[in-house]
Amino acid sequence: MVGGEVKTLPMEIKFNEDNLKKLEEAKSHYPKADAALMSALWLAQEQFGWLSTDIMKYVGDLLGIPYEHVLGVAEFYTMYNKKPVGKYHLQVCTNVSCMLCGGYDVVDYISEKLNIGIGETTPDGKFTLIEAECLGSCGTAPMMQVNNYYEENLSKDKIDSLLEKLSKS
Amino acid sequence: MSDFQPIILKNIPELCNIDVYIKNGGYTALKKALAMKPEEVIDTVKKSGLRGRGGACFPTGMKWSFMPQKSEKPKYLCANGDESEPASFKDREIFEKNPHQFIEGTLIACWAMGIKTAYVYIRGEYYKWIELLQEAINDAYKKGFIGKNIGGSKYSVDLYIHRGAGAYICGEETALLNSIEGKRGMPRFKPPFPASFGLWGCPTTINNIETLANIPPIIDHGGEWFSKIGEPKHAGSLLYGLSGHINKPGIYELPSGTLLTDLIYKYGGGVTDNKAIKMIIPGGSSMPPLRGDEIEGLKMDNENLKTVNSYIGTAGIVVMNEDTDVVKVIKRITKFYYHESCGQCTPCREGCGWMLRILDRIDNGMGRPEDIELLKDVANNIEGNTICAFGDAAAWPVKWAIKKFLPDFEKKVSESVNIPITNKVHSLRVTYQE
Ligand SMILES: Cc1cc2nc3c(=O)[nH]c(=O)nc-3n(C[C@H](O)[C@H](O)[C@H](O)COP(=O)(O)O)c2cc1C
Ligand code: SF4
Ligand code: FES
Repeated sequence: MVGGEVKTLPMEIKFNEDNLKKLEEAKSHYPKADAALMSALWLAQEQFGWLSTDIMKYVGDLLGIPYEHVLGVAEFYTMYNKKPVGKYHLQVCTNVSCMLCGGYDVVDYISEKLNIGIGETTPDGKFTLIEAECLGSCGTAPMMQVNNYYEENLSKDKIDSLLEKLSKS
Repeated sequence: MSDFQPIILKNIPELCNIDVYIKNGGYTALKKALAMKPEEVIDTVKKSGLRGRGGACFPTGMKWSFMPQKSEKPKYLCANGDESEPASFKDREIFEKNPHQFIEGTLIACWAMGIKTAYVYIRGEYYKWIELLQEAINDAYKKGFIGKNIGGSKYSVDLYIHRGAGAYICGEETALLNSIEGKRGMPRFKPPFPASFGLWGCPTTINNIETLANIPPIIDHGGEWFSKIGEPKHAGSLLYGLSGHINKPGIYELPSGTLLTDLIYKYGGGVTDNKAIKMIIPGGSSMPPLRGDEIEGLKMDNENLKTVNSYIGTAGIVVMNEDTDVVKVIKRITKFYYHESCGQCTPCREGCGWMLRILDRIDNGMGRPEDIELLKDVANNIEGNTICAFGDAAAWPVKWAIKKFLPDFEKKVSESVNIPITNKVHSLRVTYQE
C-alpha cells in the first residue's frame, strides 16, 4: 500500500449492540454456532473496516473458535480485507467478458486519474483500486464493484462523474 | 420476436413483489405439491426431464430420489447461487425479477425430500441481490409460505441465506457445504456423496437457483408439458447469457436447443461493428471454446454441443470478434483458475501456475515452439487427476483452444524471440508475478 493514512483502528474491539444482535440471529440459523463464523467476519468488517489479528481473535472468542481457524477462513475468502482499504474500494472486473469490453482500459484510466497502481490506496485514504475476477455482471461490461454495490456499463464520463461524487462525500 | 412464453423471466411488471406474484398464480404450485405425496412430486420432476442448470446437467428428479426418505438425522437443501463462473450472470436475474418462483420451488423441493431447513448460498459480491432475496423471503414468511405450517399444511420449513465472501470454488457443491459450515471452501472427496453425507454429515441435496425456479411451473402444468419444451434430452427453457462483442448483451430465456446464430443475430443484435466471429465460449469460461465456423446450425443444449466437443455449462455465451487475440483471452481465463484453485491437489495447484507462466511468455513474445506441446501436456496432466471438477474446468479452455486455434498459438510462438535457456528446470520454477 502506498501513502498510508487509512482507517485507524478504534481503541476498543467490541461489536456494537446491533451487531451483537445480528450475530445471535446468524447463530440461530445453524445447528452449530461455529457456522456463523462467516457472518461474524462480515459484521466485523462492516464495523471495523478490515480484519486485524485482534479483531479475528475477538471474533474467535465470541464463537469459541481458535484464532488459527478464524485466520484460515479469513485468508481463504478474498472479500475479507486482511489489510486496511480506502473508504471506497474500487474493484474493477477484468475477466473475459469485461476484458473484451475494455475492462483493462477502465483499470488504466482510474489508475492514471487517481495516480495509484493496482492494490494501492490514495494518500488521503479515500480510494483503493484492485483488479477483480468476474463479478457476475458480464452483460453490463465493463463494470466494477464499489464497496457493496455495482457500477455497470462504465464509460470515461461515467467514471469521471462517479469519482467526483465520491471524492466529495 | 419469438412466440415462446418465458416460464421464469416472465413479462410481468413488478413480479418480484409477492402480491403481484400471488395475483399471477404464485404459490399455487406449492399448495398443489403439499396435497401430493412426496414421491409423486419427485416422479413429476423425473417425468419433466429437468436437468440441473448449475453446469453438470444432472437429472434433477433422479438427484432428489437419492435422498433417503426416512432419516434419523435432519436433511438439508442447499440452493447454489454462487454464480462465479466467468460469463455467467443468470441467477442474479432470478433474484431480481422473480425471486418468489425460486423460493416456491425451493419449498416444493423441501417437501419432496422431507427437508426442514434450506440454505441459499449467494456469492458475497451480490450484496444487492442478497438484500432483494432477503426481502422476498421475509415477505413469504409473513404470508405463511415459509416457517411453521407452510401454506396452511402441517409441514414446516426454514429458509436462510448464507453469504459467501469471494471464492469461485465455493460453487462446487462439496466446497459449498464446507463454506456453509463456516470453514474454508475446500472440496471434499466423493464418495461419500452429499445425499448420504452432506452438511454436518447429514443427507443433503444441492441444486442451482435456476433449477429450483423451474419446479413451480412443472408442478402447475405437469412433467409432460415441461418435457415438450425445447430439446427432448435437455427439456425446458434456458437462461442464455450473452456477453462480449455483442450489440445487445443480456439474459435471454428461450427453449433449450435455440440456434446459436439466432441467439447472436436475432436476439443479441449481432456482433458489434458487424465483425466476423473468431471464437465463442458456449457456457461459461470452463467450457471448450468454439470456432466461428462451427456455429452454423448449432443448437444450444448439452447434447448438440457435444457434437462440437463442448457443453452447455451455465449457458453463458461469450462472443469474440475476428480481432480477438485468442492467446490473450486464454491467458486471462487461466489466470482466473490459477487465482481460484483451492490448492488441495498438486496437479491443479501447480498445473494452473505452469499453464499461466507458459501462456504468459507465449503472449509476451518469449514462447518457444515446444511450449505448445508442453501446455497440452500440463493440461492433460490436470484433467481427470483432481478431487473436484475444477481441474477439468481449468484444463479444458487451454487444451481445446490449442486444438481449435493452433495457428494462433503457432504464430505467436514463431514470432517469439528465442531466448537461450541455460537451466530449463530452474527457469520453470520462477514464480509467476501478478
Ligand atoms: C469449480 C466449480 C464451480 C461451480 N460453480 C457453480 C455455481 O456457481 N453455481 C452452481 O449452481 N453450480 C456450480 N457448480 C456445480 C455444482 O457443483 C453442482 O453440480 C450444482 O450446483 C448442482 O445443481 P444442479 O444439479 O441443479 O445443477 C460448480 C462446479 C464446479 C466444479
Ligand atoms: S481440483 Fe483444484 S480446486 Fe478442486 S479440490 Fe483440487 S486443488 Fe482444489
Ligand atoms: S467478466 Fe466482468 S462481470 Fe463477468
